[in-house]
Amino acid sequence: MQFLIDNFAALTVTGLTLGAIYALVALGYTLVYGVLRLINFAHSEVFMYGTFAALWVVMLLGGRPGAGVGPVVFWVAMMFVAAMAVSGLIAVLLERVAYRPLRKRNAPPLIALISAIGASFVLAEIMGLRSRIVAWVGLEENLRDYVRNSRNNAGMPTIISPQPIFTVGGYNVTNVDIFVIIGAIVLMVVLDQFVKRSRLGRGIRAVAMDPEAAALMGVNRDRVIQVTFLVGGVMAGAAAAFYMLKIGITRYDAGFILGVKAFTAAVLGGIGNLRGALVGGFVLGLAENYGSALVGSQWKDVVAFVLLILILLFRPTGLLGESLGKARA
Amino acid sequence: MSTAATARPQDSGPGFRERVDNLPTAAKILLWALFAVFLFLLPLLNIPFITTEGSDFGGVLFTVATYVLVALGLNIVVGYAGLLDLGYVGFYAIGAYTVGVLSAEHGKLSWVVVVPLAIVAAMISGVILGAPTLRVRGDYLAIVTLGFGEIVRLTLVNLEYLGGAQGISNIPKPPGLELFEVPSIDWSSGAPVVDLDTTSTFLKFGINDFVPYYWLALVVIGLVLLFDILVKDSRVGRAWEATREDEDAAELMGVPTFRFKLLAFALGAAIGGLSGALFATKSGFINPQSFELLLSILFLAAVVVGGAGNRWGVIVGAIVVSYFPERFREFADFRVLVFGLALMLLAIFRPQGLLPPRRTVRAKRADDRQAVLEEGEASV
Amino acid sequence: MRSTLKFAVPLAVAALALGACGTKGGETPAAGGSGGASQAACDQKIGMFGALTGPNANLGIYIQNGVNLALDDYNKKNPNCKVTLENYDSQGDPTQAPALAKKAIDDKKVVGIVGPAFSGESKAADPAFNEAGLVTITPSATNPALADNGWKTFFRALGNDATQGPAAAKYIKDTVKSTKTYVIDDASEYGKGLADIVRKDLGAQVVGNDTIQQKQTDFSASVTKVTSSGADALFFGGYSPEAAPLIKQLRDAGWKGTFVVADGVKDQSFIDNAKDAAEGTIITCPCVPPDVAPDFQAAYKAKYNEDPNTYSGEGYDSATILLDGIAAGKDRENMVDFVKSYDKKGVTKQLKFDPKGESADIKVFAYKVDGGKIVSEGEIK
Repeated sequence: MQFLIDNFAALTVTGLTLGAIYALVALGYTLVYGVLRLINFAHSEVFMYGTFAALWVVMLLGGRPGAGVGPVVFWVAMMFVAAMAVSGLIAVLLERVAYRPLRKRNAPPLIALISAIGASFVLAEIMGLRSRIVAWVGLEENLRDYVRNSRNNAGMPTIISPQPIFTVGGYNVTNVDIFVIIGAIVLMVVLDQFVKRSRLGRGIRAVAMDPEAAALMGVNRDRVIQVTFLVGGVMAGAAAAFYMLKIGITRYDAGFILGVKAFTAAVLGGIGNLRGALVGGFVLGLAENYGSALVGSQWKDVVAFVLLILILLFRPTGLLGESLGKARA
Repeated sequence: MSTAATARPQDSGPGFRERVDNLPTAAKILLWALFAVFLFLLPLLNIPFITTEGSDFGGVLFTVATYVLVALGLNIVVGYAGLLDLGYVGFYAIGAYTVGVLSAEHGKLSWVVVVPLAIVAAMISGVILGAPTLRVRGDYLAIVTLGFGEIVRLTLVNLEYLGGAQGISNIPKPPGLELFEVPSIDWSSGAPVVDLDTTSTFLKFGINDFVPYYWLALVVIGLVLLFDILVKDSRVGRAWEATREDEDAAELMGVPTFRFKLLAFALGAAIGGLSGALFATKSGFINPQSFELLLSILFLAAVVVGGAGNRWGVIVGAIVVSYFPERFREFADFRVLVFGLALMLLAIFRPQGLLPPRRTVRAKRADDRQAVLEEGEASV
Repeated sequence: MRSTLKFAVPLAVAALALGACGTKGGETPAAGGSGGASQAACDQKIGMFGALTGPNANLGIYIQNGVNLALDDYNKKNPNCKVTLENYDSQGDPTQAPALAKKAIDDKKVVGIVGPAFSGESKAADPAFNEAGLVTITPSATNPALADNGWKTFFRALGNDATQGPAAAKYIKDTVKSTKTYVIDDASEYGKGLADIVRKDLGAQVVGNDTIQQKQTDFSASVTKVTSSGADALFFGGYSPEAAPLIKQLRDAGWKGTFVVADGVKDQSFIDNAKDAAEGTIITCPCVPPDVAPDFQAAYKAKYNEDPNTYSGEGYDSATILLDGIAAGKDRENMVDFVKSYDKKGVTKQLKFDPKGESADIKVFAYKVDGGKIVSEGEIK
């Protein structure tokens, strides 16, 4: 307890950075759930591909520690572009291959979960087997650094070394902490405005509220669903880029655990609710850190899940429990 | 109504099921008996192609049997009562650990006592989890149960009392008899030859022969199936069906839906616990590694791929999920990839499951007929 | 009725087919290899038991590489009588292990097993190997309790955690001269076992403890605990996938102390991933530095285009013991005694086992990450 009080600021700031990443990934779950009423189980792999895109772009551009401001800004910008593009693409592809055929066949919702699980295995395994796949194509000489030990961790050079900016309660808040938290909130606001104000956003809300009525009103449902996946994927890509800046190490199976956490965050905040995802992510990140401080790091996931169960008992639809369709200004 | 309803002509004569149904009772009993004998002898017949090359077939069959048992239990929860459970491995673990803790780690209770206790422990944990959480509807339940599965696993890892990451070793075997040797069949010469060297001792629960454990599991599956048939066709089964199809309507008609959901949860948990107990008995060693979240997902895949709600379907699903990765060991590193592809293809081409429940088939035909009426003809 | 026939006919045919064919066996088996004792029996196999696919495959493949190298040596010397390797890919999963063990036991040509690679699967599979009398030499399972089961077929080609833990503690006390040490483990059998020994040996100078989980990537709570404890050294019991992000995040947070880890982290991927943060890390390992066996080093590099990795040398040694046994005409029954009385210099150490099956001659070495390479700091005495 004393430890928690002494290090409250440190635990809070690091919890918030982690929570920001959870929140961005949680958006993907929440958006898809809002529109399709299904758990996009493979969303974790969308995130994982983003981490690799970010990593590879930095490697390709020769990112290294201790460079000047110009190159660093360029590398970081390219990281985000690559990660968001790749994740968005994978998400759209996923919808086309794993979900649309099922929708066309009027399949029961549970089977979509199986299709998603299958897609999740396939995506993760392709990344885990990338050295073998590249060897088949005959490019192993050229791509050695990118595919080496493909079942193992892959680490990125530290392009922004954390520098203390200011001190809160004895904790030196670093530039990376600030960048991740502010960046995530900015992205959330942009997304919120997009869903609220743009034409496509209106389509998303319409389909979420009542798919059949929306179709009658001339909303192209397939297109809306595609955009939903794209937006969710792009957000996961941004999360992936933040993750690589903060953690810097990824692996073919890095998505799974983070996906479970992000999904938990989405439910915690109220699945289908964009602001709920933000709140859920932050609450979960903080709960994990405070829990680790109180009862030991080995129990942090237990703390997170117990908290989730308790919240659902008292607020059965999550903290902000509103659906995407009803999201108001 | 989907415009792309796939209406296929359904008049291709009586199906397999109808033909079996039309047989005289004596022939039916004979067929079942022959089939049962075949199942019992399967690990000894060593039939080419079916037998797994990379791993011991008796051991694989036992694993398949535990999956079948788990699928039957989970089918009650997912298929009959319509509750999405992503943490079923928790009950499996509780069953296995009850056996481990009471017969090896902290007690010396005999197997005969420990297995019923494992069932009871799993059932109680099902009630404890279900009572507060079953009021949560639909997909929220999925994450709550998923969390439960992880809580169980992490508790096993982190509590020294339960063995921690070291696990529990030297779990005693069930009491057995050594009555006679059952020979196996050898196909190495191309034709089947009775091999008197490779035998299995009838009901000797040893370390190096998994066949008796497989037989034990088969007997248990038979009993659970019998129980399943009785429950499904009773008032309870109808109540589950009503709850699953429309909870509000069922409640209005006087079905105490919550109590029936809890019953489904408890029964499912009990069968999961039983399966875990068998697993612990056979392997003699358990550690938390055997109870990862991924296993819950595989269990659910078994039920849904097979056809949630149809007991024969989920059995087929369990076989698909547990047998194929062992049979196709030669894919080595690509096994999971191929398995993932197979799940996707099954989902797309058999969206109702491999063997959908008869109700679903009827409902789908009715849908298709209506589509035909509405649109003049079914679009493809 | 027609349909009844449809079912009945194939069954009857099958029954006839079985009845008509003969039987084999039933008498005392004439086992192959019991002929001339001086001549090696041909077409014998050794087994490699461990994770070769799946998330834990790295370690298994490093071992397998070493085993294959030993096999190449042997087959080059004995071109007319080659030994083949049978792989038992457990994926490191104790659930799969017993059936695979049975498979190996049923294959009468398998005269010895290198593995099982992990302690968990060893507990699941070794009772079966023991009962069948099939010798196992593990190149990597370091749980001390494994040797206490009285398995007569169990041999360990490296030091266990009980030898490494005290050495690590000694190094932290005497060489690092740490006065405030923090200890973290990964809740795995290996990591926790090792860390508990270090905790015990360091006693009062341990300023704090934490436990993380495998596959965890964010360690912010642990980082806060370490930095706020004022520790000047951190011992981590675990593997490289967690060690790399842990030290990276610690260095990012400005922690300057010495990071001490054990053989589970002695892996080039730790340095590749932690990059600069890995510099100065102390790695203890009950393994002899590569410069002691330059031939092995060179042969490995020639075949796999990389330096020998964790437990490659132990894999090579374990396989060599079994292959020497085959060369001496041993079969499964007398291989156990052969291994028990084995005493030769291997690439990692003098290969000799005590009555419990532990390596008799264990030296623990310290290594340091220096300039992106793992360099030897000499034996911890």
